Amino acid sequence: MRSRNAPTSKPEKGLQMLEALSYQFIQNAILAGILVSIASGIIGSLVVVNRMVFLSGGIAHTSYGGIGLAVYFGLPIFFGASLFAIIAALFMAYITLHQRHRMDIFIGLIWAVGMAIGIILVDLTPGYHVDLMSYLFGSILAVSQEDIYYMVALVVAIVAIISLRYRDILAVSYDSEYAVLRGINVPFFYTLILVMSALTVVIAIKVVGLILVIALLTIPVYIAEKLSNSLGLMMLLSGVFSTLFTLVGLFFSYQYDLTSGATIIMVSAVALLLFFGWQKIAKGIR
Amino acid sequence: MSIISIKDLNFSYDKEPILKDINLEVKEGDFLAIIGPNGGGKSTLFKTILGLVTPKSGTVKVLGDKPQKNLSKIGYVPQNTNINTDFPIKVIEVVMMGHVGHKRPLFGYAKEEIACAMGVLAQVGMQEYAQAKIGSLSGGQRQRVMIARALCAHPKVLLLDEPTASIDVAGQKQIYELLKKLNKSITVVVVSHDISVIMGYANRVAYVNKTLTFHELDSTFKPKDKQEHFCEVEMLQLLSQKKDCKC
Repeated sequence: MRSRNAPTSKPEKGLQMLEALSYQFIQNAILAGILVSIASGIIGSLVVVNRMVFLSGGIAHTSYGGIGLAVYFGLPIFFGASLFAIIAALFMAYITLHQRHRMDIFIGLIWAVGMAIGIILVDLTPGYHVDLMSYLFGSILAVSQEDIYYMVALVVAIVAIISLRYRDILAVSYDSEYAVLRGINVPFFYTLILVMSALTVVIAIKVVGLILVIALLTIPVYIAEKLSNSLGLMMLLSGVFSTLFTLVGLFFSYQYDLTSGATIIMVSAVALLLFFGWQKIAKGIR
Repeated sequence: MSIISIKDLNFSYDKEPILKDINLEVKEGDFLAIIGPNGGGKSTLFKTILGLVTPKSGTVKVLGDKPQKNLSKIGYVPQNTNINTDFPIKVIEVVMMGHVGHKRPLFGYAKEEIACAMGVLAQVGMQEYAQAKIGSLSGGQRQRVMIARALCAHPKVLLLDEPTASIDVAGQKQIYELLKKLNKSITVVVVSHDISVIMGYANRVAYVNKTLTFHELDSTFKPKDKQEHFCEVEMLQLLSQKKDCKC
């Protein structure tokens, strides 16, 4: 199992998996995987139906600027990353609401500038070499107790917001023009969706890394979309698939000593391929 | 009583005027057709009635008040209902979006809301599709669902923007028959390209091309009998001519 912060010595085969489960860092990894899967299942569904996939990618990369900031000033990483992600989300919400046709340019802009800020701030940090790779590809085995608390808080907040304002969020996502006519505050809910996506992206960075975060937000969601006739069911199924892929990915990563984030994504991609195949066959039979 | 009352309305996005000195009265029970060339300002006129854009000058009143105050009294069916067909949403959920945002339970939908939505679906003949995914319906069926959504808040007037633009001929006729039926209890305003079709149903016509020319539909504009060929081009020219009108 290759991860920057994980112990490298391995116990005997056979006992390996069972013993692994008794380690605190493995327990944390599994818990983090489940929490991130729930959040990314819900938020990924919203991102896909609102066609914000590229936008979320931009926000994910911008948050690296926040990671650099946190390293430079010695702040918690989640704090720095969340700060940058929220600023990026608010900025992009403003652009979407006022200059929708120029959106792609601004996504590219925040994407690159965020990364650049992060890299320069890490360069400037004296005597400390943060491992860029662990943020690009995730470090699920380095999840701390505090990280878990942060993830639990975010998942609870997202579930609460979605359950209480499901109808508004559904209306804004399905037909925003009509939502305006029903007296719904569309800019507010649009911004809320973006901010929730930004915060989800930040916790997902811990699991799969900021380059691969988009796959986690889209692959399980895409499969779920095809099987759902309502947004709520899509969110639920996405969460279930995401959890499954993450845990299976973790297992393979441990078993074959592979980078966890990349393994999780490859498991998802193989599942997607199998799903396509199954759909083709099912269509042929009909 | 006037359902919609527009006085001396002017509108422009920048310098070029889109709508100029528009005056329009829509009375209870009317079936008004708004026709005119693309880019002539039909959709913009709709947006001013819905209060989505603010006119440069002039007033728009719906039931004697600002459009924003009477949103629940206006049923709106937007132009393109073929967008977002991948969206995982059930027909009944789309219809329930039509309810106006107060008096609702903490979670989910109230029993009365579901009953009301089923009622309007029955009105448009779509009740057996309530649980179907919206994307699985045909264009004409989807349009009926959008009409049901607009009817959900029990509006006084139904505004439809090109309701038959992407529907086959048989489906178009069904939609107009439905509107005719609904017109017995509700005022209908339709923006349409299908001039020859709309002539059989509307009782008044407004031709919009920057300015508005208004016509009561009497026998002069209706084909005398079904055999007679009625040239759309000729009719458009006829309708665009300024005539003395009552508004």
